[in-house]
Formats: sequence, C-alpha cells, structure tokens
Amino acid sequence: MSTAVHADVNRRDFLFIATGAVTAVGAALTAWPFINQMNPDASVLALATIEVDLAPIAEGQEITLKWRGNPVIIRNRTAKEIDVAKAVKMEDLKDPIARSAVAKDDAPATDENRTIAGKERFLVMMGVCTHLGCVPQGDNPAKEFAVVEGSAKVGGWFCPCHGSHYDTAGRIRKGPAPENLHVPKYEYLTDTKILIG
Amino acid sequence: MSGPSNYQPKSAFGKWMHERLPIMEMVQGSLLDFPTPKNLNYWWTFGGILAVMLVAQLITGIILAMHYTPHVSMAFDSVEHIMRDVNSGWLLRYLHANGASMFFMAVYIHIFRGMYYGSYKAPREVLWMIGVLIYLVMMATAFMGYVLPWGQMSFWGAKVITNLFSAIPFVGESVTTWLWGGYSVDNPTLNRFFSLHYLLPFVLAGLVGLHIWALHVPGNGNPTGVNVKGSQDTVPFHPYYTMKDGFAIVVFMILFSAFTFFAPNYLGHAINYLPADPLVTPAHIVPEWYYLPFYAILRAIPDKLGGVVAMFGSILILFFLPWLDTSRVRSGTYRPIFKQFFWVFAIVCVALGYLGSKPAEGAYVFWSRILTAYYFIHFIVILPLLGLLESPKPLPPSISDSVLAKKKPLAPAE
Repeated sequence: MSTAVHADVNRRDFLFIATGAVTAVGAALTAWPFINQMNPDASVLALATIEVDLAPIAEGQEITLKWRGNPVIIRNRTAKEIDVAKAVKMEDLKDPIARSAVAKDDAPATDENRTIAGKERFLVMMGVCTHLGCVPQGDNPAKEFAVVEGSAKVGGWFCPCHGSHYDTAGRIRKGPAPENLHVPKYEYLTDTKILIG
Repeated sequence: MSGPSNYQPKSAFGKWMHERLPIMEMVQGSLLDFPTPKNLNYWWTFGGILAVMLVAQLITGIILAMHYTPHVSMAFDSVEHIMRDVNSGWLLRYLHANGASMFFMAVYIHIFRGMYYGSYKAPREVLWMIGVLIYLVMMATAFMGYVLPWGQMSFWGAKVITNLFSAIPFVGESVTTWLWGGYSVDNPTLNRFFSLHYLLPFVLAGLVGLHIWALHVPGNGNPTGVNVKGSQDTVPFHPYYTMKDGFAIVVFMILFSAFTFFAPNYLGHAINYLPADPLVTPAHIVPEWYYLPFYAILRAIPDKLGGVVAMFGSILILFFLPWLDTSRVRSGTYRPIFKQFFWVFAIVCVALGYLGSKPAEGAYVFWSRILTAYYFIHFIVILPLLGLLESPKPLPPSISDSVLAKKKPLAPAE
C-alpha cells in the first residue's frame, strides 16, 4: 500500500474502499450461520402444542406440567381466590399489563383478562418467575400467605429464589420480578379440554 | 517477555537452535534470570499458585471429559459413573471440583494483595486490567462447569444466571433464547456449556500469557511500592523465587488435599446430588461460595434490571480502579488511613458473601443494601478522596534501604 499523500480522490481510493466494504459485508454474512446455529433448532420448535384434560383437577387443586421445557401451572381456583383477585385495584398492581396471550397485548391486568370468559375457575399460566425463571410455589394450604402485608391470607404463589410474591391471579405484587406470570396461548377444545400452544 | 538476559548457547545444538528459535533465551530471561525485587513477601506467591491451579484444572478436566457424557438424560449418571466405576474417578472429580474453589481462593488473595499494595497503579494498569479479564473468564468457566453434573443446583443455577441476560431492554428475551437454544435450559444448553467449558481454560491460558508479558515489562511491584533502582534491589527469579513460590505451592497443596480427601463436599451443596428437575425449584438456591458477594448485590436491588446492572457493575468497576485511586503512593503500608479503609472493604466483601448465602428476606436484605452501597462508595468516593486528603508516611529511599532497616536490630552493637 502506498503511503504517498494524494492530492485528490482518485480511482484507486474508490477501489480500495469498495474492496474493504465488500469484505466487511462478506465477513458479516459468513458470521451469521455461526451465530444463528445457537438459536432453537427445528426439533425444539416442533414441540409446540400439548392437550390437557382439566376434568380431574378438583377445586383448590393445581397441576404443573411441562410445555416447551418450561412448567405450566393450571389451577382450579376456589371462589374465595377469584373474589380476592377481582377485588384488587388496578393502581395497586406493579405490572398493570395482563401479559396474557389469550387477551390483547396491552390489555389491563384484570382477573378477567388473565382467564377465559366463563372459565374463570381455571388459571393457566407459565410457572416461570419473570424475575430469573424459577418455579413459583403455591398449592399448599400450609403455605398460604399474605401477598401484600396486612391483606387476607388466601394463597397465591411465592418464588423461593428471590422472594417474588404473586397473587391469586398470578400477578406480581411484591419482590423483584418485573412482570405478571405470563399466560400462554391456549384454547378450549371441549368443555374440559384445552390445547396449549 | 524477556528481561535482560546474557544467554549464551553452549552446545552445538543449542547454537543451531538459537539461530532459528531463541526459545532458551526467553526461558532464561523471563523465568530464570529475571530480576525480581528482593523484598517480596508470601502474598506474592499466589501468582505461582494460580499457575499451578490452572494446570491442575486443565489436566483433571481433560481426563473427566474422557468419561463424561453431555446429554440431559445421561450427564448425571455419567458423573455418578465417574464417582463409582472409573478407576480413581472419585479422586479426579473431587480434585477438579475442589480445585475450582482453591483456584478462586487463590485468585481472591491475589486480587486483594494487588489492592493493598497498589499493584494496579502506573505503569501496571494494563497488567491489572488483563487480570480483571482473567477473573471474568474464570467466573464464566466455573459457572459452565458447575452446570455439567446436571443436578438440581446445576440446573437452577444455570436458569437463574442465564436469565440475568433477559433483563437487557428490548433484546433480552431473544438473547436468553439464543443462549439456551430453546425456551428453557435444556439439552442444547448443556451441550454448548460443555463445549465452552472445554474451550475457555485455553483462553485463560492465553490471557495468563499476556498477564505475565505485561508483568515483565515493568517488572514486579513490591511491598514498599518503591521502584527498583538498581541491581542491589533485585535477585534473580531462580533460585530465589522458584524456591519461595515452590514452598508456598506445597503448603497450598496441603490445604487443597485437606479439602479433597477429608471434606470433598464441604464447599458443595447436597441438593446437587439430586438429578435436575425442570418442574421443581429447590427451596433455597445459592451459587457456589465464590459468587456469593455478587449474588448478594444482585438481590439487594429491588429491581430486575437494576440488580443485574449493579452485579455486573461491581466487577466492571475494577477495570477503572487504576484511575479511581488518586494517590501517588503505591503501597498501602505507607498510607495509614487507606489501610483502615482497605480492611473495612475486605470485611464488607466477606460480609456480602455471608448475606448472599442467606435467604432474601428481612434483615438480610437490609444489610445487603447497606453493604452494596458501601462497596460502590469505596470505589467511587473513598478512594478518589483519600488520595487527595491523606498524608502518607515517608517512603524508604530504596528497596535495599527498607530491607536493611528491618535487619537493624540484628546488627551487632557498636
């Protein structure tokens, strides 16, 4: 490469810059497959849906099952739990958005928006704490706790890792988690059977 | 990397080689004849101890990889197979697991030695920064290694730590999915962690090479912080420091062996002997002891992104230490006030470690917040101000003078 100072821009400068630009684009294009190989592969993407029969879940009982490698919590809520969830004022919520794939993207975090109309007993949500991904614990009468100090002890979920509290609609009320527990996309196939995914 | 060397090849082969690859000159210049301050104390032996630990981890790790299977359905069993069936497998695994703890113990002493004696100050800033980089790569390597046995703590540790990246605004979710190769920590994650856990120690070895290169440009610091002024201040590295380091390494090996043979699981968690279950989080998850102070900082901030920023910030701030400490006096020995703050800082770090091992509730959270604040105040407020306000004690004229002054009481009376 010449180190002589050119008086003005000439054809050689153009060729030099053009060659450099093509090399940079080529390097970026070549790098992409090496990076993209780490994204979920076809076999992971194929495990997209599961069917669940809700009939055996008694009132006040919950089950945890695995979908796409993550736990899904399905709870048949008691009337008291539903009443308490509905009574919560929107301004008391840390995350005011429903985070529900069965409601609109920006829907407010009401109990109605986190369940499917007419099936409010069944709360279906990801058992993945929105803080750092641990499984929040619930479903144990002995562990019934007040989600917010001073409120009635009616249940909800508690994440053991960093102390996030979720209420009986799975909404974050206290602790480091930024969002309500996500509600996955699901639909009723029959009166008691749902398809998740 | 070489210091002043007057290497003269003696044999015919030596001469032939020297004209083609002067490697013996480099060995003699940087490992044997290298002029080293004659007043180094035992805190300076941890560099050598760390080099030995890196080699020990490499050897035991390469052997373990011959018997381990990186697949979610076989990983846990293959580790048990190493423990029960492989000849001396239990020994190699315990050496590797406890070796990681010993490695961190030595690196923490090495870092605190550097902080006390101002080893990060000009002209050693780059040497210090390479050291911080080594520490970061060590942490990543140890984290991925801990995931490989695929026990409960392995799995949930992996999940929590990789989820730290989901705190990044906008791209966080895509980044974690990319790291996992799925929607959760699963087989693709285990596979890539195994691959990277095998790779990173060699990256470490390369960085250690750079660290030593950067060390050999200005030469070693020393407890007085006074620059070497001439040959009366130094001794050749061999045999003086090969012997001193060698003795320290032997003593350190006694500690290493004590853990390996008499308390091999003391530093671990019993629950990691349960196979990973993606549906059940253990009631109390804690990282390995060497991450606890940072874990306490993460949990001290009641906000996801804030906690993650504080945690990474607490390590990254070390890169700026050479410029945050404004004092022109290198060694803490001659800084009466700094010395006290140094020990307060050391105690705060240990206390944060204790808090990190406790549940995130009540008084533990309160104290985590106070001490996290102090951790940053030490770097951002105390160190810059101390350099300007403190009046240091007079420095000895030279290393040689300081050594002779200590010897005085032994000198015969006139």
